[in-house]
Amino acid sequence: MYSPQIVVEALLNGLMLGAIYALIALGLTLIYGVLHIVNFAHGALLTVAMFMVWLVCARYGLDPYLAILVVAPLMFALGYGLQRFIIGPASHGKDNGILLVTLGLSIIIENALLAAFQSDTRTITTDYSFRVVELGPLLLSFPRVVGFGVTIATTILLWLVLHQTDIGKAIRAVAKEKLGASLVGISVPHVYAMTFAIGCACLAVAAGLLMPSFYVSPKTGAAFVLVAFTIVVLGGMGSIPGALIGGLLIGVVEAASSLFLGDSLGQIGIFLIFIVTLLVRPTGLFGARA
Amino acid sequence: MLEVRDLRAGYGGTEVLRGVSLDVNAGEVVAVLGSNGVGKTTLNKVLSGVVPATSGTIRFNGAALEHAAAPEIVTAGLIHVPEGRKIFPNLSVRENLELGAYCRPRRGRAAKVDQVYEIFPKLKQRARQYAGTLSGGEQQMLAIGRGLMGEPKLLILDEPSLGLSPLMVEEMFALIARLAASGLAIMLVEQNVVQSLELAGRAYIMENGFITLSGQASELKSNAELKRAYLGL
Repeated sequence: MYSPQIVVEALLNGLMLGAIYALIALGLTLIYGVLHIVNFAHGALLTVAMFMVWLVCARYGLDPYLAILVVAPLMFALGYGLQRFIIGPASHGKDNGILLVTLGLSIIIENALLAAFQSDTRTITTDYSFRVVELGPLLLSFPRVVGFGVTIATTILLWLVLHQTDIGKAIRAVAKEKLGASLVGISVPHVYAMTFAIGCACLAVAAGLLMPSFYVSPKTGAAFVLVAFTIVVLGGMGSIPGALIGGLLIGVVEAASSLFLGDSLGQIGIFLIFIVTLLVRPTGLFGARA
Repeated sequence: MLEVRDLRAGYGGTEVLRGVSLDVNAGEVVAVLGSNGVGKTTLNKVLSGVVPATSGTIRFNGAALEHAAAPEIVTAGLIHVPEGRKIFPNLSVRENLELGAYCRPRRGRAAKVDQVYEIFPKLKQRARQYAGTLSGGEQQMLAIGRGLMGEPKLLILDEPSLGLSPLMVEEMFALIARLAASGLAIMLVEQNVVQSLELAGRAYIMENGFITLSGQASELKSNAELKRAYLGL
């Protein structure tokens, strides 16, 4: 058996990794909640964001955390353009159309990245990549502590945008009542694109938080998004608090199962939770009934 | 103020509006009457830019709106309070009202909300409540209040009495009369023929995508054909 200190340390580190999962799930659940589609390109777009962070850091020597300030607006613009000029028009207003278009996009993006960067894994080494923070007797990974803090701050910022600004209220209005929104003069295509853009900007933040302690290759995003899907289902499709709580929970579960079952079986706990959620509470922790 | 000429529209291959022409002048209440399924709601959706017109023209205060998108039409002051209210159930009553002024500058928004609260004191009591928790009558008030927030020059009311209790229906028509008395032009689209003709100055009768009858409300009330078709007399 492990000493309690090791267990607590592992669970706390898991909690903090879960925060970054949550950030990825946040974009996914927001897009689902408003556009009512599962964005299959989410993983590929995360990879794009991670390559952007890597490029900015490797070429211009910027710190990965500061790179967020550069990459987030770029991803925001990319997300807006993709939805407004490609996904929206190409799907002709049909939900299964959107599904196929995002799936197609993810294939195109992944292969474009393969062509441009080959399948090598790339990392950024910073002098804090392996630094630890001492919390009493506990040792916590510095990049994860930062990731946790930034995720909480991003979630609060997102909540404020959705509740305090006109565009945020318009996003929430379109999520439930498209016709009513059009009739007060809200442009639904614009709101869809803004939602997609915000989801992509969240990916940029996640990418900046991941890069100091993780690698990127053209397939990296897919692994994270699989976990993010689980979080979205666990938290309740479309629920923002659900994504946050679900992400933290999944992080802890993953840490616990890697600790007790071994690293290679770490993700088994996640998918067990996924199956149990579907069986016991298909609407998720915070999900509304369909 | 509103001039509609030979308007045609439909869904897929089915033509629903087969050449509709009508006018609404400043300050008047015009009723558009007809039973279920004759194209009244489609007409409203085309006027508010949600369903595209296949041909015909819509002029509003001189501007051509037949190809305009919804935001442009709302900004022009042509505001449609839809059948079934279509309020935002997941937003608070106050947020619903605020979004009614989405196309207007932020300045003066709070004052406008207060004006709407004066017309509908019930809404003020419910300001922080989710709109989805309101009763049917309250939701209808909210839908009209949200419409007023957009500073309408012409307000289209689609079936405002639908699904309300008889008492609430009376209240709703009294309210529409008050709005009309304040000088607002109103196009009242209703199945409730008797009460609408009491309120309106002029009326159009719609059947199968055409306007089949029009004139002063007082004359239509005594029209024998209308009586037979709608009143069973």
